[in-house]
This record gives sequence, C-alpha cells and structure tokens, in this order.
Amino acid sequence: MKESVKNVLRGTRQAVVVTVVLMLICGLLFPCLLTGLSALIFPNQAGGNLITVNGQTVGAKYVGQEFTEDYYMWSRPSAYHYNIYTEDENGNQYYTDGTEFPGIGSGSNNYAPSNPELTERVEADIEAFLEKNPEVKREDIPTDLLTASGSGLDPHISPESAEVQISRIVEASGLSEDTVREIVKNNTDGKFLGIFGEETVNVLMVNIEIAQKMGLI
Amino acid sequence: MLQIILTIILYLIMVVPVGIYVYHIAAGKHTFADPVFDRVDGVIYKISGIKPQNGMNWKKYALALLTTNAVMILLGYMILRIQSIALFNPNGIGGMEESLSFNTIISFMTNTNLQHYSGESGLSYLSQMLVIIFMMFVSAASGYAACVAFIRGLAGKTKDNVGNFFADLVRITTRVLLPFSIVGGLLLVWQGVPQNFSGNVVVDTIEGAKQVIAMGPVAALEIIKHLGTNGGGFLGANSSTPIENPTIITNLIELYSMMLLPGACVITFGKMVRDRKREMVQAKSGLDAEQAFESKSKIRKSFTVWMYGREGRSIFAAMGIIFVIGLSVCFWAESQGNPALADVGLSQSMGSMEGKEVRFGIAQSALFTTTTTSFTTGTVNNMHDTLTPLGGMIPMLHMMLNVVFGGKGVGLMNMIMYAILAVFICGLMIGRTPEYLGKKIEGREMKLTALCIIIHPLLILAFSALAVGTQAGLEGITNPGFHGLSQVLYEYASSAANNGSGFEGLADNTMFWNITTGLAMFFGRYLSIVIQLAIAGSLMKKRFVNESAGTLHTDTASFAVILVFVVYIFAALTFFPVLALGPIAEHLTLWA
Repeated sequence: MKESVKNVLRGTRQAVVVTVVLMLICGLLFPCLLTGLSALIFPNQAGGNLITVNGQTVGAKYVGQEFTEDYYMWSRPSAYHYNIYTEDENGNQYYTDGTEFPGIGSGSNNYAPSNPELTERVEADIEAFLEKNPEVKREDIPTDLLTASGSGLDPHISPESAEVQISRIVEASGLSEDTVREIVKNNTDGKFLGIFGEETVNVLMVNIEIAQKMGLI
Repeated sequence: MLQIILTIILYLIMVVPVGIYVYHIAAGKHTFADPVFDRVDGVIYKISGIKPQNGMNWKKYALALLTTNAVMILLGYMILRIQSIALFNPNGIGGMEESLSFNTIISFMTNTNLQHYSGESGLSYLSQMLVIIFMMFVSAASGYAACVAFIRGLAGKTKDNVGNFFADLVRITTRVLLPFSIVGGLLLVWQGVPQNFSGNVVVDTIEGAKQVIAMGPVAALEIIKHLGTNGGGFLGANSSTPIENPTIITNLIELYSMMLLPGACVITFGKMVRDRKREMVQAKSGLDAEQAFESKSKIRKSFTVWMYGREGRSIFAAMGIIFVIGLSVCFWAESQGNPALADVGLSQSMGSMEGKEVRFGIAQSALFTTTTTSFTTGTVNNMHDTLTPLGGMIPMLHMMLNVVFGGKGVGLMNMIMYAILAVFICGLMIGRTPEYLGKKIEGREMKLTALCIIIHPLLILAFSALAVGTQAGLEGITNPGFHGLSQVLYEYASSAANNGSGFEGLADNTMFWNITTGLAMFFGRYLSIVIQLAIAGSLMKKRFVNESAGTLHTDTASFAVILVFVVYIFAALTFFPVLALGPIAEHLTLWA
C-alpha cells in the first residue's frame, strides 16, 4: 500500500515538473528564439511588411484595404471592412459605411450558399458596381470581385477583376489607359513556378502607385 | 488540377525520409543528431526525475498520460484566467470568462483547437505563447506518444512494456517538433508572416482613414499549429488571413507540415512491425537476420515495402484512396460554383469564391480543406461554412470517419480499429478465427474495438440531437434551412474528431456550446486513447500464431480495398441519415 502511494506521488511529481519545463521551453524559449532569429535575418517581414510612403506608414503589403474613391482600384467585399475605420472628435470609431467599428477582427459573414442574404448582398453589389462602371456588362463581372473573402483581409483580386475596373479608373483619375495598365501589370504576380496558386493583383500596391502618379501622396 | 497532383506527388516523396526519421526516434534508434539531443533530453530528465529506461505497462502509461494532461489543463486554465496582467500584453486584453476558458483549455489539450474566441481580441500574447503554443506542442506529443506505445504493443517485443510516457513526450517534443518548428517558422517569416512582440499597428491609409493591423508572435504559433495538427489560429479567420498565410509558398509549407507527421506515423508503424517479424525469423533460424527474413518469408524486394513496411503500406494505401476520393468530390463541387449566385447574374466561371482567397483559388482551397479535416488539423484557408453543400460535406465526412491519416498518431490508431473490424468481418466470411499482425483477435479485443468505433458517432449524433432539441442549441444556428443542421453536425463532428475547424457562422460562444463541445472533445480524445491502449495491452499478452494457408493476409492490395469498404459502409450506416438531411438536402434544393 505504502509503495503504491509513493509511486503515485512520484508520478505526479514527474508530471508537474515536466509540464513546467516543457511550458518554458515550448511556450517561452521557442517563440523568443524565433523572434530573435527573425529580427536578425528577416527584420522587415518579422515586423509585418509595413509599407512606408514619404515617411508615413500607409498599410501592410499582405493586408488588404477597402477603397471607395472611383480613381482607386476596389477590393473584394469584406465583413470586417478590412479593419478600416474613421474616428470622430469624440473618439467614436465607425466603419466607412457608418456602422460602428467593434475593434479588430477577421473573417466573413459565413453565409451558406443557400442563404438568401448572400444573394441579396451580391445583387445589391452588382447594381452598385454597374452604376459606377457603366461600360461593364453584368456577365463580365468576375466571380471574385463581388464575393467576400474568407479572411475579410484579402489583399488581392484576380487580373480579370482588375481589368473590368480599368476604364473607370482611367476616367476618374485622369491618367492614361497605358499608365493604369502598366501599374496593374507591375503589381500582378503569376503562379509560383507557373503551377501553384493563382494569378493575383495586389490592390493596395496598385493604389499607392496610382496615388503617386496622380500626385496625391 | 495539375497543381493538386504535383502537390500530392511531392508529399509522397517527402513523407518517406520524415517517416524514417520519426521511426528512428520512436524505436529509440541512433540518429545523426543524437549528440545534441541526448544532452538536452538528459537535462530535462534530470530536472523532472524521469528515468527513461523504466518501462511502463499500458495502464501505467495511460495513467501517466492522463495525469500529465490534467496538470497541463490546470496550469493552462489558470493562465487564461489571469491573462489580463501586463506581461506580454501590449494590446491590453482582459481575462477570459469561465465557460470559454474551460472550452479553450480542453480544446487545446485534446489537440482539437476548436476556438470559440477570436485570437485578436480574446487572447494576450502571454496566453498565445504559454498556453496555446505550449499546448500545441504537448498535445501533439501526447497523441504521438500514445500512438508509439500502441504500435509497440502491436509489434509486441515484450509482454507488457509499452515504453516510458515521459521519455516519449520529451523525445518527440525536442527531437521532432522543436527542430522542425524552428526551420519551418523561419521559412514562414521569410515569406512574410509576422513574428514580434509589438502591439497592433494603426496606420493612416491613403484614403485618409485608419486601419488597424494585427501583430504578434504569429509565425511561432503558425508552424506548430500545422506541424502538431492543431489548427487553432492566431487570428479569428485562421490561415485564410494574409497575416497567417500570406503567399502560396506559406500555404504549401503549412499544407506539408500538417501532412508529413501523420503520414510518417504510418511508416513508423510499418517499420516497427517489420522489425518484429524480422527478429522472430532470426530467432527461429539463427541465420543472419536480413538473409533469413528475405528467404523465409519469400518476399520480393519491393520499393514500396522498403518505404512503408508491408503492413504500413496497406494502411497507407487505404487512407490514400479515401483521401483522393474526398478531394476529387470537394474540388469538383467547388468548381461548379453556386447556382443561386448564377441566377442573380454573377458569373460562376471561377467556381464558388465566397469565403475563399484569390491567391489560393479553388484548387488550393479544396486541397487545404480536405487535408485539414483528413489529417484532423482544423486550420482553414477558406471558410468552410461558405463551401458548396457537397464541398462542405467532404470535410464533415472525413471528420466523421476520423481515420484518413488523422491527427498526430490517433488517426493511425483509429484506422487499426477498422483494420481489426475488417479482419473480423473477413474472418466470419471465411470461417476462421481472425488474426491481425500475428495475434488472434478474440472476444475481448472485439468488444473494445466495437466500443471504440461506436463512441465517435455516438458523441456526434447524441450531442447534435441535444442541440437541435433545445432552445440553447438552436440559438447558435445562423444559416436558415438545411444548412443549419449542417452547422450543428459539423461542430460536433469537429469536436469529437478533435479537429477544431468549424462552420464558423455558428454563434458558439455561449454556455451551452462551450460546455457540450468541451465534453465531446474530452471524451472523443481520452476514451479512445485509453481503449486503444487497452487493446494493445491485451494483444501484447497473446502468443504469436503461425501463418497458415488459411491466414488472411493484411499486407495486400485487396486488404486495403476491403478496409476502404469497411470504413465507408460503417460511415454510411451511421451517418447517411443525417447527411441526407443536411448537406445532401441543401444540394438538392440549391440545384433544383
């Protein structure tokens, strides 16, 4: 009897100490080591790929943004409005559409394909898009442009979705079509090794170049 | 299509060396890195008072696993409750509420990683590290340790020694998970995953608004999240966010890191069983082992046998067949697009893009979805709630099966349960006592196997029934119609299979959902592990039976096919009615 009690105590002691030791190694040492190594080898990426224009941080390379001006390229719809908000003088924060900003988040509305709210949202977006882009035919709007991404932070649209916006951007920005096409091309990435992934256009990078060409920043 | 095939071929190549390395660790064999790791492990053993050479029988092993996990749960729970302290908390996150803490801690200890909170607003960096990252390592190591003990039982070198749990836990953490994590973590940072301790950054956009961008030790969590088949994201939207998964290369790294170790586990199994056979032959004939093995058992030298071991190969093949079937259905379904959106005039030529990222498209999304649920990781690179009905049925089905590679180790153990069931059914058909791996399968093993196989559907279906039968459960459903049932089913399938992905629309941070899913995760994990160790313990004690003309060979292609059928038939018998009411009904109405 005494022997078995001793065994249980010894087992528990091992369990407690090994837990604490592994917690320190895996939970503290490992992340600190990786932070140190990354800061040394890849300082820019470790810091979140922030983009600075004229000394001011305007975004991060891989985090999408919402754009509303006609002369900018538009991103995909986002349930979290890409965490973009404005602040009034009382410090109240609102999304750009006027609803309250609840703080940082990510995700989608999680509408099932059969959910009527999904079709309503898409229908409204189609009408709004066609109004602002009169030259585009309804059936030419690419799928990705009016469907929400999973993260609500998708930095990309497909090259087709960039293409259908070009005429609007040209008209609203006053830049030549060639310039706009050139900017889109500069920020289009192909597939990895020509096989993996999809072709993407980085919306934020396109808009920074547009803003620079227009002399806005 | 091409990229999916290439991704899988690359996997089949990479899994072999990893499998060989893991086999060396599991079998306690010499590896090139021993001089370093022996010292590290030595220090840990000394501090903790562990005597690695002291073997345990299956009961002691299971008890050690349960005690250690209990201690980890206790410690982790306390940290979650006091996380509001100013240590590693630049974003000023508050403490976590009781039922949510309960759910979270069970979720991470059981390798499930179901999240009823959102990382960016619910956890401080201290919790992300000391609780989440820590648990991602040790829950994976615990599962793997159980599996290694289980294989030792089946390979049966001794009558009762299945190894030392503490030594297995430490060895797997230091020799497999940590080194892989450091290399993989750096690769992720190289591609643009943040790794820092600074608070969230607020920037002024070029349109004059503000944007808040999440920061933190993301890469460290990200790599072990996949390597340990954990799946809980740093941020709410998990690996679909460009912060956790910015490029196609990170997507591939994350994909492979969740696929490699479960596959390696099957190889470890195949090789350890082969070792035992080889030793038996050697003992009998007294000849040189290799020679005797080759001649006595009359095995043609085969490349696949060398890679996976004979018994491992048929298991691997069966898992592979189910995986490819599921993947094809998911890819096909998503490529068809959503007819409801086509009706309002939105072209569906790209497939169903709602809830998916442009950089991954349909192909990588379908691949990731099938992988994360087959390998029971639970990380997502697209939102599963928005998948087309049949596309969403595949992840659900694979969690219900819970045998397609499966999470760290436990998938293999589950598949062995089905293998035992398969030899039993075949044994009935040919009128012989069933044998598996040279041991007779008798009443006790069959009872335990049946119990083990029945627990999983029981948890899923009983809790789902409870949820749709109570107001508290119904309140969580956010999508109308048949999809609502799918949301409930998915949540419990994910919990019981210790997967952790979700149909995220479900409003699940309530007392009801926190407690019920917590229980499903707990029983889904520990009941199965204990029963499986008991089966191994029971088989160990038996004598090996000699092969005869009537022995059913379990290392053949036909056995792999039989295994696939047994798995599908069992799934159809248990789950077809609910699947018909959920995803299948939704599909029929959508395409009507």
